[in-house]
Amino acid sequence: MMNKMMWMRFMMVVIRTGFETAAADAAHGAEAVARMMEYNKSLQKAGELLGLDELFPPSTGARVSNADGTATVTDRPFAEAKEAIGGCWIIQVRSREEALEWARRAPMDNNEIIEVRQIYERADFSIVVQKAAEGFEDHSNAAAAKA
Amino acid sequence: MSDTHKAIEAVWKIESTRLIAGIARVTRDIGIAEELAQDALVAALERWPEEGIPEKPAAWLMTAAKRRAIDSLRRGRMLEQRHGEIARELEFQQQRLGEAMDQALDQVIDDDVLRLIFTACHPVLAVEGRVALTLRVACGLTTAEIARSFLVPEKTLGQRIFRAKKTLAEAHVPFETPRGDDLRRRVESVLSVVYLVFNEGYTATSGEEWMRATLCVEAVRLGRRLAKLLPDESEVHGLLALMELQASRAAARRGPTGEAVLLSEQDRSFWDHAQIQRGMAALARAQDLGGGAHTYALQAAIAACHAQAKAAAETDWKQIVLLYDALLQISPSPIVALNRAVAVGMAQGPGAGLHALDALAAEPALTNYHLLPSVRADLLTKLGRFAEAREELRRALAMTENRREQDLLTAKLNQTPLND
Repeated sequence: MMNKMMWMRFMMVVIRTGFETAAADAAHGAEAVARMMEYNKSLQKAGELLGLDELFPPSTGARVSNADGTATVTDRPFAEAKEAIGGCWIIQVRSREEALEWARRAPMDNNEIIEVRQIYERADFSIVVQKAAEGFEDHSNAAAAKA
Repeated sequence: MSDTHKAIEAVWKIESTRLIAGIARVTRDIGIAEELAQDALVAALERWPEEGIPEKPAAWLMTAAKRRAIDSLRRGRMLEQRHGEIARELEFQQQRLGEAMDQALDQVIDDDVLRLIFTACHPVLAVEGRVALTLRVACGLTTAEIARSFLVPEKTLGQRIFRAKKTLAEAHVPFETPRGDDLRRRVESVLSVVYLVFNEGYTATSGEEWMRATLCVEAVRLGRRLAKLLPDESEVHGLLALMELQASRAAARRGPTGEAVLLSEQDRSFWDHAQIQRGMAALARAQDLGGGAHTYALQAAIAACHAQAKAAAETDWKQIVLLYDALLQISPSPIVALNRAVAVGMAQGPGAGLHALDALAAEPALTNYHLLPSVRADLLTKLGRFAEAREELRRALAMTENRREQDLLTAKLNQTPLND
């Protein structure tokens, strides 16, 4: 098979241990912030950064679970959770290896890992899913008309 | 390809531009710099699979290239067989090379990358040479990849790059960022190369042309880089806006069998709204810098009118006509005039559109351009003048050899009633 050079998008998700119990106003030190800014700038200058976000500590969040159509909201903390998502980057690169290389370069602490995941493009969806997606607007419009 | 090879390729794609730029500051010749960088890559391909990928792969490549640069400088000096002064010069150059490699000051590297792009897009080169060289040194594409994108044999492309490097060396093109009045002209040259690459990808039609389609992303990425390197140049942001806004429609532009889907028919839920946001931000930046009335920014503003319309029927055609008027003022072109006529037809009705189109009938550049009769046919159909419309569609059919265009026109012909 030919080695296809295609552009793809990846989400680099930061997973942080200990973040679960961090105070609501926990913040990074100035030096860590500076290193991160430097890293973000390098991604930006490569023209490959599409977006990035950092999340507040999980203590300010909540979980909504669903059982047979009934949604239940659970506030923090969750006994079973040891780690939590801290933020993410969305990058556009030419290969999985390029995404991994960028992840390797990120200035991370010992308690942090980066999960690198590819983002679906329209071409990746099966025809069935595409059809369903095409119908999505109609459904939402119909729902809006009823409301 | 092994995992290590793929990882090396990834490092190369990320680092090659900075690497070549750093070496070129010393060699003052981007052809030689590119060869030295390639040599460093070859060394990595030889050693990393056995020794493992180094902790800092970019620094490793820089060091390897530096060693080779010093060797080649020394060899060059030996050949010339001079003494004293040359030894000092060599020492000085080595020192500069050391600075280039070791300090890795961000600003220094940025300047080098910018010089590299300006040099690759130098007006002394033929346009096709500029394009090939830019993709090679500023995008890190291989000769094979560029050849496949432009549907030319690899050998042809290799010669094109070779000639371009030779021309730069012979013309003693300085490795520098132009200043003053020259800057504007050179920025234009760079932007025209970037937009040409973008359009090459944008007009790719079939699934087999995936390689060409990736040129769009290469161009947008290069545009984003330039916007960071030349933050105060409004046209850079204008072009970036134009490309982001056009590319945002990529997923909606082709139907299931690869057929073209017209803007008015596109499923707008397939537009990339995050990309539209980026395009709008770049356009705002261009306008803030006072460049709202320049070519790319005006075209971007037209694309923005489309991007902001939730449905085709909600398009602000009056605004689009005004933007086309402004565009015609600064860069008159029959194609722009034709597009304006379409917009007039939408804003003021088909009669007005036809009137605008009549003014273009004598335009020599449009004599054999199939879109002229094709647009006339659309307007005539809207006016219920079907017989004339069919006549125009037949004329358009005779003017194009593109299969997809022909299919589109034949379909229209079949849908047009026989009698008025």
